[in-house]
Amino acid sequence: MLKFDEMYTRLPYEFFTHGAQIRDHYKIYDEWLARQPGDMMAKRREEAEMIFRRVGITFAVYGEKDEEGAGAERLIPFDLIPRIIPANEWSFLERGLVQRVSALNRFVHDVYHDQEIIKAGVVPSDQVLGNAQFRPEMMGVSVPNNIYSHISGIDIVRAPNAKGEGEYFVLEDNLRVPSGVSYMLEDRKMMMRLFPALFNAHRVAPIAHYPDLLLETLRASSPATTAEPTVVVLTPGMHNSAYFEHAFLAQQMGIELVEGQDLFVRDNFCYMRTTRGPKRVDVIYRRVDDDFLDPKVFQPTSTLGCAGLIDVYRAGNVSICNAVGTGVADDKSIYAYVPKMIEFYLGEKPILNNVPTYLCRNPDDLAYTLAHMKDLVVKEVHGAGGYGMLVGPAATKAEIEDFRKAVLANPGGYIAQPTLSLSSCPTFVESGIAPRHIDLRPYVLSGKTVQMVPGGLTRVALKDGSLVVNSSQGGGTKDTWVLENGVPPAATPGQTQKQSTEGEM
Amino acid sequence: MLSRTADHLFWMSRYTERAENTARMLDVNYQTSLLPQSDAVALVGWQGLLSISELASVYKAKHGEIHVRDVMDFMVKDESNPSSIVSCLNAARENARAVRGTLTTEVWETQNQTWLEVRRMIKAGEFERDPAQFFEWVKFRSHLSRGVTLGTMLMDEALYFMRLGTFLERADNTARLVDVKFHAVQSDFYGAASEKDQEYDFYHWSAILRSVSGFEVYRKVYRDVIRPERVAELLILRPDMPRSLHASLNEVVKNLALVANDQSGETHRRAGKLCAELKYGRIDEILATGLHAYLTQFLDRVNDLGMHISRDFLVPSAA
Repeated sequence: MLKFDEMYTRLPYEFFTHGAQIRDHYKIYDEWLARQPGDMMAKRREEAEMIFRRVGITFAVYGEKDEEGAGAERLIPFDLIPRIIPANEWSFLERGLVQRVSALNRFVHDVYHDQEIIKAGVVPSDQVLGNAQFRPEMMGVSVPNNIYSHISGIDIVRAPNAKGEGEYFVLEDNLRVPSGVSYMLEDRKMMMRLFPALFNAHRVAPIAHYPDLLLETLRASSPATTAEPTVVVLTPGMHNSAYFEHAFLAQQMGIELVEGQDLFVRDNFCYMRTTRGPKRVDVIYRRVDDDFLDPKVFQPTSTLGCAGLIDVYRAGNVSICNAVGTGVADDKSIYAYVPKMIEFYLGEKPILNNVPTYLCRNPDDLAYTLAHMKDLVVKEVHGAGGYGMLVGPAATKAEIEDFRKAVLANPGGYIAQPTLSLSSCPTFVESGIAPRHIDLRPYVLSGKTVQMVPGGLTRVALKDGSLVVNSSQGGGTKDTWVLENGVPPAATPGQTQKQSTEGEM
Repeated sequence: MLSRTADHLFWMSRYTERAENTARMLDVNYQTSLLPQSDAVALVGWQGLLSISELASVYKAKHGEIHVRDVMDFMVKDESNPSSIVSCLNAARENARAVRGTLTTEVWETQNQTWLEVRRMIKAGEFERDPAQFFEWVKFRSHLSRGVTLGTMLMDEALYFMRLGTFLERADNTARLVDVKFHAVQSDFYGAASEKDQEYDFYHWSAILRSVSGFEVYRKVYRDVIRPERVAELLILRPDMPRSLHASLNEVVKNLALVANDQSGETHRRAGKLCAELKYGRIDEILATGLHAYLTQFLDRVNDLGMHISRDFLVPSAA
């Protein structure tokens, strides 16, 4: 099978070839790396771990306890070698992402209003209306700017296409509560701290303004009645695995981090309890799933949301970001129709392609899937986080048999895709520097306009040969550099008024 | 600010202050135990320490007889004891973590680092190897925490609720310390009737003063030999002694005024009244009515203030 590496032109790696096998945008990095003493990487990694622990950049692992019996707080593994994307590749990606997310937002709006795409026979009605994520409560509800997915995490992989060339494919759309953006920002901060000289030698597009763009997006989504909207982040609380991120984003935006118990509804408005009495809330950036938002409408036992919130929302007196019901557009069976949505709503050809997908609900696709399970990746339509999937080539006979039974019992609940040869990137692991598979999750923000910071979160499967990059499954992260065109700052005269960092590097 | 946030900030500071005061008391007892004294006297010291925290019965149920090692372990690293130093530092960090976005990076990292370190030190047996060093460390982490707070936090409600927590807790802890130590004096071992040599008293009173970093302060203020009524005056009435009841209440009143809301008038009145009584009180009057009775009602009133603060600001019941 063809394999693509982000840094080397062929595998396996041959070190110290003076750049002969290095892709152009990695040449400066390669030269720098060759000059480093042998123990540099190990030392830097130790330093990084110490800082992450002190700063408390951790995620909770569900069901795990540490040796003292306290809930486990783990560091997300961070890799020191950046994933670098050249400017032209990024501008292509960016255009494709804007197009895709625009079409997805049009789709959600359509689903909850006139359902023209169903009437036109482009997406089958039962795929939408029979979807567990379809929220009838949203029918006819208008939201500001007709935007439903304000924050979209689009998972991208690079893999060989039919012509044998490396191509970016969309693997998955995350339109509910995509997470990980705090790691994108913290990884960059860490890299700038550990390797300042590298940033002098490259023109790396900055990303630190993400919280500003996010706040701008959230404010742009406020109900029409308020000029100075009060925006809050709603978290399930400090025991949630992504709590660090919730707290981080609230702090970076300078807004309140609220829990369900802090909110209440009165006279069809939503308020938070403050030390100076009730204060009205206009926009809720919720990091709580639909099911838990309002015990009067969804899960009646939920204490994570606020009773009556959905009534206030439907009356247009509060905005919820992402909107309720976006899940109808991001499950793995709807995914297959996104290219058609782009053509239907925008009249354009998709810029970014999907990975070929077999919908097991179709008899032909089901037959193909059952016959080729050992070569395919089979996924539960509603699965997430790397759970509920079968990677055929890596599975045992018994695991394949179990999955076959599950698929046969409920074909509509599964899709299958060819096992993609995800691109690899040099990664510092126990055995030294070795190729590991990666993906990319850019965070696309939709308010008055669709925008994003260059890059995203690169996730890396740290186990040799593994294709699963999720942090819950032993994945790590890398800083993602989008290079800007032009001369790196170090080469510009007049920028030399700094203490020498070369001795250390 | 969110009521829940204020609640976490208030308790974060209270637990930090409590850890510090527990370390101070343990340190003093430990230092005293190095002096030549009878077993009975030593026993009173450790018993007093447990009763300060109202833990004597819990301890007894768990360990039975009083042994220095057991009491120290119980008060330092027993996580089932909510008043142990480790429990307090855990609670302070959990409260900080719940509102880390409200804290400056430095304040959060200080809390987190303290928590990481204390776990490491306990595990590595550093407390057993050198208790005095460990107590010193706890004290200095608390100093650092307060300093970082004052040095980096925006001077707004968040800071005021943290200060409120610090000083309400300190008023409580100092009152308990004075109560127990004076109680010990009035008991059989030190009773005024029995002839006690001057030297012995000196060590007892100087230990109390040291536990609140007040030894040098006493010398400077009174320029006299150490006399119990002056120790009491210093720790209760002096507004310039930073750990005294009066100084603590001054801060409580000041910070309450800064966060005042529509319903906090009564709380402010009660705090102001308590503070005024300290301001215009005299030590001979207090001693005449009985120190223990005086401190008992003081602790009740501090407790009452805590409940009112909670009701007015932190856990408002009305939706």
